[in-house]
Amino acid sequence: MMSLENLKAGQKGVIAGLHGGHGVVSRLATLGFTPGVQVEMVRNHGHGPVIVAVRGSQVALGRGEAAHVILVSLEGA
Amino acid sequence: MSECHSLSAGHRALAIRTDAPVIALAGQPNVGKTTVFNALTGMNQHVGNWPGKTVEQKRGVWSYQEVEYTLVDLPGTYSLTSNSEEERIAREFILNERPDVVIAVVDAANLERSLYLVAELLLLPAPIVLALNMMDVAEGEGLQIEPHVLEAALGIPVVPMAAGRGRGIEGLRSTVARLLRGELPYTPQRPVILPAHAEVLEQVTALITPYLPTTYPQPWAALKVLEGDSALLELLQARLPAAPWQSLQSLLHKHEDALLDIIGARYAWVARMVRAAVAQPPTGELSWTRRLDRIFTHPLWGSLSLLAILGAAFGLTYRLALPIQGWLAAGMAWLGTQAEGWLAPAPGWVRALLVQGVLGGTGMVITFLPLLAIFYILLALLEDTGYMARIAYLMDTVMHTLGLHGKSFMPLLLGFGCNVPAVLGTRIIESRQGRLLTAILVPLVPCAARLAVLGTLAPLFFGTDAVWAMMGLVLFNLGLVFVLGIVLHHTLFRGEKVAFVMEMPLYHVPNPRTLALYVWHNVRAFVQKAATVILVVSVGMAALSYFPNGDPLTSYMAQLGQALEPLARLMGVPWPLLMALLSSFIAKENTLATLGVIYGDLNSLQNLLTPAAALGYLVAQMVFIPCAATVATLRQELASWRITLAVIALYLVLSLGSGVLIYQLSQLW
Repeated sequence: MMSLENLKAGQKGVIAGLHGGHGVVSRLATLGFTPGVQVEMVRNHGHGPVIVAVRGSQVALGRGEAAHVILVSLEGA
Repeated sequence: MSECHSLSAGHRALAIRTDAPVIALAGQPNVGKTTVFNALTGMNQHVGNWPGKTVEQKRGVWSYQEVEYTLVDLPGTYSLTSNSEEERIAREFILNERPDVVIAVVDAANLERSLYLVAELLLLPAPIVLALNMMDVAEGEGLQIEPHVLEAALGIPVVPMAAGRGRGIEGLRSTVARLLRGELPYTPQRPVILPAHAEVLEQVTALITPYLPTTYPQPWAALKVLEGDSALLELLQARLPAAPWQSLQSLLHKHEDALLDIIGARYAWVARMVRAAVAQPPTGELSWTRRLDRIFTHPLWGSLSLLAILGAAFGLTYRLALPIQGWLAAGMAWLGTQAEGWLAPAPGWVRALLVQGVLGGTGMVITFLPLLAIFYILLALLEDTGYMARIAYLMDTVMHTLGLHGKSFMPLLLGFGCNVPAVLGTRIIESRQGRLLTAILVPLVPCAARLAVLGTLAPLFFGTDAVWAMMGLVLFNLGLVFVLGIVLHHTLFRGEKVAFVMEMPLYHVPNPRTLALYVWHNVRAFVQKAATVILVVSVGMAALSYFPNGDPLTSYMAQLGQALEPLARLMGVPWPLLMALLSSFIAKENTLATLGVIYGDLNSLQNLLTPAAALGYLVAQMVFIPCAATVATLRQELASWRITLAVIALYLVLSLGSGVLIYQLSQLW
């Protein structure tokens, strides 16, 4: 199991699920982070917030928030 | 969810009300909703607050074929779940006020994101017109969208627009009018929940239906309950008897996964609509936004650009504003001299109150406006181009040291203009703890008024070294933001975890009209506040320094000031300066007004203080209690007198303490 925060810039993944409290799950899902959708990491410096492309737009997430997003598969960078 | 189609409230509205229709404007952030609002209403708009709330509410009016339409701007939200106050306001307005039509603005260049809100809006009891905005941007990205196909798929009227270029405004007006007259078909296709949860949805509906407020449509409420909507659950807990409430809870507990299922189903619906409407997907070419972000969100180049952009913004503000300020001040001084002449026959106290009080106070407000206007223009530019979101992203790591996240930087930046909108701006922070901490730190950001006082006094005290003194003082304040922030983060606000989730909008060319209206609203709000508070205080100060016998040195103000003499001596300043400092509680600019009243010509302040006393005095000035308007706003936002008074006490001690400490330390050497 791998979470979104481990994705390197340029890599893509597919969301398996979200875990965490109702509030953060609801907010992430509302912005398009739902199971089955493909995401692409745009910025990830290994610390600080990341930028992810999801459903045609870009979203900045704190590392903690990115860790709530679980990925199923990983395509080569 | 076939019951959805029996939601007839919308159709009822269609048939009856064409006399004075109320239209609501909904849309996600960054879809150009403000531009659509401005294009529809022009200057016919009024800015206030939602009743009992601190969220801004804009209303406007337009006329079309002799019917007057009232437009209510709903807060920009991604969804209509009760995650934030904005979301609650938007949906409660539609549920309780039943607007005749809701205009849903979406971004044609980003349909997949922006149609999501429409999926939610369609369950509410109001007919919807889709404003397909930013068609020009979509075309620029090589997207080909067919509005008619989208219209057929959605079953609601769709109006293609490029509001920034004035395209589609008339089409939108006529579509709203025709829909209200019942001339357009309205057969909305709503998203349907997955079969896995259809049964539990029925059970929830049966449980809650008898206890719902009459304004709430059942299918919508049942779905929201299944999503775990906190506001709705709170309401039902109060209304449901114990037995059904417990069944509801165990039902929800068993189906916690329904939330993702429901949101996923909405996105699946959105995807179907997008597939239908988009004839040609975007070319693989890298967009402008991605190209610019290679620099602007780069760890090194991004930070350097941020420094350069903010530096240029502040530099430009002062470079442009200071000369204008000088001319205005000279003009006001000339007017003052003239007025003294005209009023020569009048009694002395009339002259004092009118010239020093009214004219002096007015002059202060007027000379201050260019600075504020230019600052707001630049701020609006940062916001409207989409760069502000990059600032929040870049500042996130830094703000984390204070237990805050990137979004907290925006209200702090706003504080350089005026602390009042900055405190209001803390609303964008989702957690209460984060909001409180940011609001408490805002008064340390020197507002334009405080900077104007600094800019006037520093050259008098420090001559040619004033620039360095001013830079040092501003940096000292910003340093204090961090010191105080870190201290509070590790003591009173310990262990707060805040979620940083923020869309990075596409960059776009700012819209001049949106900019102009933003600046106009903010400057007008300041003048309204200033015109009352500053003028009253200025007249009051003039009276205090005139009565009882026309001599400032034996006036009531002098008597009060002399009582404060011991404290003033500790700071190494004469009592009038302490009086001036205290009067800045009413409004920061009052420092200058009070000094003007007592000393007449401010130039007599030159060489009055030792460098240490001058430095201590200016530090005290810079961290003094926030002005009355800010305190009132803090009280309203923090919803607690206890915390507000604690903040006042904190800054009083910090300010006078620093002043005394700096002077006393200098005496030791």
